[in-house]
Amino acid sequence: MALHRREFLKWMSAGAGVGALAGCAGSGGPSAGRVVVIGAGYAGATAAKYIRMWSPDIEVTLVERNGEFISCPLSNLVLGGSKTLADITVGYDGLRKYGVNVMRDEALAVDPVKREVRLASGTTLSYDRLIVAPGIDFTYDAIPGLNNAEAQSRVLHAWKAGAQTVALRKQLEAMRDGGVYALQIPRAPYRCPPGPYERACQVAHYFKTAKPKSKVLILDANEDVVSKKGLFMAAWNGPYKGIVEYRPNSELLDVDVKTLTAKLQFDNVRADVLNVVPPHGAGAIAAKAGLITANNRWCGVDWLTMESAKVPGIHVLGDATLSASLMPKSGHMANQHAKVAAAAVIALIKNQPVNAHPMMINTCYSFIDDKTVVHVASVHAYDAAQKTMAVVKGSGGLSDKANELEGTYAMSWAKNIWADMLA
Amino acid sequence: MKIKLAVRALALLAAAVVAGPVAHAQDASNVRGMAATCANCHGTEGRSVGSVAGLAGMDKANFAQQMKDFKTGKRPATIMHQLAKGFTDEQIEQLAGYFSAIRK
Repeated sequence: MALHRREFLKWMSAGAGVGALAGCAGSGGPSAGRVVVIGAGYAGATAAKYIRMWSPDIEVTLVERNGEFISCPLSNLVLGGSKTLADITVGYDGLRKYGVNVMRDEALAVDPVKREVRLASGTTLSYDRLIVAPGIDFTYDAIPGLNNAEAQSRVLHAWKAGAQTVALRKQLEAMRDGGVYALQIPRAPYRCPPGPYERACQVAHYFKTAKPKSKVLILDANEDVVSKKGLFMAAWNGPYKGIVEYRPNSELLDVDVKTLTAKLQFDNVRADVLNVVPPHGAGAIAAKAGLITANNRWCGVDWLTMESAKVPGIHVLGDATLSASLMPKSGHMANQHAKVAAAAVIALIKNQPVNAHPMMINTCYSFIDDKTVVHVASVHAYDAAQKTMAVVKGSGGLSDKANELEGTYAMSWAKNIWADMLA
Repeated sequence: MKIKLAVRALALLAAAVVAGPVAHAQDASNVRGMAATCANCHGTEGRSVGSVAGLAGMDKANFAQQMKDFKTGKRPATIMHQLAKGFTDEQIEQLAGYFSAIRK
């Protein structure tokens, strides 16, 4: 077949059926194998790009229900007012130059025996290897007052960046000076361990400049600050003293949406803006594909390959995984999962040995205000005896204190990681 | 003696032809995977699009020396002194070799 690369790409981006691609990879030669990726976030988009970059003879179809990528990291700055949603949005066009077939669709079911994925559009995709990177979905069963769509439109999570981020910012803008913003945090493990504390700082930063009589109340189901404790406490006892109040052991039992009241075990807390991050687990398609192995929520994986501990031929990435010890559910870590998976998927398709010593790095920057930042970092290597990823002894650590230099590094991080996954 | 050497050289060559490329390709792909852990902050293949320095095309000895200086604390840093400690000197040499071979 004599399609030139440019014509081929044009043909693919025009939305030509995947069935027509059978036996034809981006190079125009025969395909070494077919990979389907579900979800184009930090994990899925990176996996799709890296498989094509490292092995252009493998076909990759990436299924994503959203038209653009909106980053959760930096989304708290939209609440703080120093960024807009447009600043944290990136399109998927860059992936097409790698020959990734990006389909705007939704995966509804997986048949791991026939190795097929059924999509909402009615299309069925067959795969040699499937990558499931669905992020998280919320469970409202334990919060009866929030278990309906109308309640959820008033008491927002904004824990998936997008329309909810903008809506929460509007609630904060509409709040009277002297009001209370309450943020309820679920028990760990949850997506982005330092995220809620960064959010408290961002809202406090906004209040300090625009509504100085207002308060930020953190209702944490955990018994203590889960991440970067000393650094966040320094902000709450320093620049945000008198604005931020931290209450541990504040598990949410229910919500009265009419009065915006959080019902805790020993207390009822009324807020002017109530923001609840509900308990969550792997995105719904993970359960449908039979990938859940732990606490009815998370997907156990073989850390050498990221292949499901339960279903052969399916690799699970990102927040949906049952995290290894000291491994956060972060966008940075999801990107690192994806590269280990990309290398392993290529090796497995080509009957080559997989890397016996995979490594991953984590770096999480949190913004204290619009300029100063703190980090936590770690290096993880495969521990063959424990069959898991473990922090390399002596590696990693925290910032000494919030500083502007790391503010510039954090912005550079965002540019580079978005390009690493999407450009 | 000359014949012995020639035989040994031939045997080595044969071994390299049979086992060498496979093992070598495997090592190379593992180093590529390790180098990809740097991309989140330093860009895909070490080509940074942000204010943080790129690694592509860096002099091999310079790269290795800087990483070792981060490890010992000789060169101060915000974060690299913590990350460099996650890599052995051998891994640092491999990363240095990898990035020095990439054009900027």
